[in-house]
Amino acid sequence: MPETSSLLEVCDVTLRYKTAQSLVTATQRVSFTVDKSDRCVLLGPSGCGKSTLLKAVGGYLVPSEGEIRIRGKRVSGPGADRMMVFQEFDQLLPWKTVLQNVMFPLIVAHRLTRRQAEERARAYIEKVKLTRAVDALPHTLSGGMKQRVAIARGMAMEPDILLMDEPFAALDALTRRRMQDELLQLWEDTKFTVLFVTHSIAEAIRIGNRILLLSPHPGRVKAEVDDVEAANSTEGGATRLEGQINDLLFMDDAVGASHE
Amino acid sequence: MNEPRITIHSAVAIDSGMDAVVVERKLSPFERLWASATIRKTCLVVVLGVIWQAYASHVDNPLLFPSLSETLKSFVDHSIDGTLPLRVWSSMKILLMGYACGTALAAVMTVLAINTQIGTDLLETLTAMFNPLPAIALLPLALIWFGLGSGSVVFVLIHSVMWAVALNTHSGFLAVSQTLRMVGRNYGLRGIGYVTRILVPAAFPSILTGLKIGWAFAWRTLIAAELVFGVSSGHGGIGWFIFENRNMLDTPAVFAGLLTVIIIGLLVENLIFRTLERRTVRRWGSQS
Repeated sequence: MPETSSLLEVCDVTLRYKTAQSLVTATQRVSFTVDKSDRCVLLGPSGCGKSTLLKAVGGYLVPSEGEIRIRGKRVSGPGADRMMVFQEFDQLLPWKTVLQNVMFPLIVAHRLTRRQAEERARAYIEKVKLTRAVDALPHTLSGGMKQRVAIARGMAMEPDILLMDEPFAALDALTRRRMQDELLQLWEDTKFTVLFVTHSIAEAIRIGNRILLLSPHPGRVKAEVDDVEAANSTEGGATRLEGQINDLLFMDDAVGASHE
Repeated sequence: MNEPRITIHSAVAIDSGMDAVVVERKLSPFERLWASATIRKTCLVVVLGVIWQAYASHVDNPLLFPSLSETLKSFVDHSIDGTLPLRVWSSMKILLMGYACGTALAAVMTVLAINTQIGTDLLETLTAMFNPLPAIALLPLALIWFGLGSGSVVFVLIHSVMWAVALNTHSGFLAVSQTLRMVGRNYGLRGIGYVTRILVPAAFPSILTGLKIGWAFAWRTLIAAELVFGVSSGHGGIGWFIFENRNMLDTPAVFAGLLTVIIIGLLVENLIFRTLERRTVRRWGSQS
């Protein structure tokens, strides 16, 4: 295996899935890399295969072409080195309390003892400000709290990369805004690496330091935005970038190519 | 341009009024009692008992329709002289044996079914074939195969329990959400660990339903088997007790036998299954 500096490498990945009638190509020859401590956002309209791509990185789908490498090692199946945070609220195990939900993967995947697992779980639950709810069962929590638990669970595993599949999409606008800020705050603390999927341009600009724009049918990388933070620091920069990205996404392929 | 105007309502000014709104009111003792399902159901049972007693006194024919008091008297008499507890014990032994074997076999079948395509096909075909087949119809055959002992009764019990439990467990497994499955695999769980730590708890509402249905089927099959063929096996159970007393035209004792079946059913439902439900699916919010 070639030793490379990138944490995650996606090389010429084509993903296809079968429906009852046809073979659908979700992404075609997509390549990108994610470095350590990146907040990389996959952005695109629905149907651009961004969630499918994330699932492939998670190991749930096998690329029909190309390969995905994490720390130079080929991804061959789901594993705890790539923790997923899903959009759905039912991703927590309903028979376990908040604490047990965070502890469980630490015990089964990292083989920590109960004491070590509990200690680490409590630390991360405190980070997402849920200390009051450690013994609550998931069905008693609000949507935002459930997503916080899922994030704490993912972070407690200290994975190579955290894969987030539109984690805030099902939340109301106010909660979503707050969760975005909290995620950034957490990133400031621990500098974890995250690959984040969203269809909201504004969210991509708030969350990411790099944005990959995907075009639909089939998904291809259309453009890449680096140093996204620069837009947030200047006045009106974010709005301007949002406009630019919007134009890029809804332009024809030919025009998009000349723009680059 | 005009600035938007904001008017702030002082909440304190409203609340400090003399007639403060009652936010929380304690329920009266009666309301609290009535909220308990046990109490409501006990009341219902008492009412039904009173109706029974009244009707039986009106008919006044213990041979056809003994009253509640006569039934209870017979129940107590037979309990004290030891015949009824002995019959219950011998029924229970066979019942538990058949139930345990049936559930275990169902577990093996569903684990096979969830892991392999051919297992799924096998389970679906077998349940489609055997689930509609009344267990009691197999008894004559079982008697030829296993003789006149408890073996043949256990065999039909397994048949009556297994398909109901397997069918429910399997459909429960299939209904586990895709997200939870992906979460389990994300943790690196595979094979039996994946089944026991993710699928079983997630499908527990269906599994519990299967266990309840299986239990009821087992009871019915056992009593029926004893009624029809219990004569031949040396020490019969409750079914045999009912059969015996009917032959002696001791109708209150027949009623006492039926009452025993009902009481055991109620006890198992309310003590065992209800407790299990409260500690699991209700606590987890998977069932309200």
